Amino acid sequence: MKQARVAFTGAIHAAQPHVLEDGREGVGLADGRVAAAEDVVWLPPFEVGTVIALGLNYADHAKELAFNSQEEPLVFLKGPGTLIGHRGVTRRPAGVKFMHYECELAVVIGRTARNVHREAALQHVAGYCIANDYAVRDYLENWYRPNLRVKNRDGGTAIGPWLVDAADIPDPGKLELRTFVNGRQVQQGNTRNMITDVPALIEYLSSFMTLTAGDVILTGTPEGVINVDAGDEVICEIEGLGRLQNTLVADTAFGR
Amino acid sequence: MPCVQYTVPMDVAPYRLSGRVYGALLNHRSALAALGNSVNEAPYKAPPKAPVLYIKPRNTLAGNEAAVTVPRQVPELEIGATLGIVIGRTACRVSERTALEFVAGYLIVNDVSVPHARYYRPSIRQKARDGFCPLGPRVVARALVPNPDALQICVYINGQLQQSATTADLQRPVAALLADVTEFMTLAPGDVLTVGVAHPAPRVRAGQRVAIEIDPLGRLETLFVGEPS
Repeated sequence: MKQARVAFTGAIHAAQPHVLEDGREGVGLADGRVAAAEDVVWLPPFEVGTVIALGLNYADHAKELAFNSQEEPLVFLKGPGTLIGHRGVTRRPAGVKFMHYECELAVVIGRTARNVHREAALQHVAGYCIANDYAVRDYLENWYRPNLRVKNRDGGTAIGPWLVDAADIPDPGKLELRTFVNGRQVQQGNTRNMITDVPALIEYLSSFMTLTAGDVILTGTPEGVINVDAGDEVICEIEGLGRLQNTLVADTAFGR
Repeated sequence: MPCVQYTVPMDVAPYRLSGRVYGALLNHRSALAALGNSVNEAPYKAPPKAPVLYIKPRNTLAGNEAAVTVPRQVPELEIGATLGIVIGRTACRVSERTALEFVAGYLIVNDVSVPHARYYRPSIRQKARDGFCPLGPRVVARALVPNPDALQICVYINGQLQQSATTADLQRPVAALLADVTEFMTLAPGDVLTVGVAHPAPRVRAGQRVAIEIDPLGRLETLFVGEPS
């Protein structure tokens, strides 16, 4: 099952995919109403706890950034203010030279995990989403990389559109990922190329931190990151999870 | 192994904590000074420019009198005694001049780490372990703390004074830190931002009791225990 959280006519609703009579994509609310995708405000599809993110978790992307050895997964944390839903806008600061998208499989924890072995790890997953974890590389400093000014900017991580039940994704280790900028494919990969796969990540993390329902792991991005500009439409797609759309806007949209 | 439950003072007056704790790295002058010229060498190549932050996730939060586990693999833990700023109003792009108006109050934070010498890309295993962020014993309203940039922080281990530091030595004092952080990241009511830890941070072993005192915020006690086999 796929479930979204949307704001519509003054309240927040759980929503499911629904094709409108004219063939357009839309959502169906639990109370029977239906609406077009563009007539609702899409929120992150679940109540978000700790946001855990992976750097350089695809062999090809690590190579792209001239990064070789890895003793353990490169994990960093993010705050909730960075998350926005499907069809949202993300600010691209003026004067920045290199801001890029990162299409990532997001793994949402559904059940408390502490010292979990990888063979049992997927039992602790509620479901999966798509994430687009933007980075502004101009702000990278060599302290606690990647520093939050690069990776934890307000509205800099789109997530959604749906939370797809784990039961519908029997193997998160063989999903195609693609990113399109203004309709042109710019990034392509497959989760089978993760350096540390989903079960191993849950085993690793739960060996020192208790994961609880709502915690989410953004599992890293494959190669193919290029600069994007204000006005660009970025769509991240993962097999079985849908398409996550985001638009970059200039400082002027934020009164700067 | 059963999951250890930590009691967190989430309901303390005057504001409920959100459970989000952000720490400012190297914001105490002594901590930056201790690195000497190495800040200009690889891998850092330059001292920090913008505030460098890290996150203490919700599994790290613990209350006063919590028992914190020293992992088997390490002999000692580092005590990061620091001041926590509790946000009272949504703070986005605040100016230094008005920054303190966004503060609900202050509390003591014990930012526990596995000691690590390098700050380039440290493993979150060193700061994000369960229970590694005791805080409390309560939030003290801003009105009762006229100058957050002149607070004495004392750390006692088994009753012996081990560290004495002051918030007068911050690279970015409280208002400046809030201004520079909220330039790129909104802080929400109940969020906690810690102001940095003085060097050298004292270390503890299993079996020791740590008390951090900041007048007028009170006293935060933490017991360190060994990992059950």
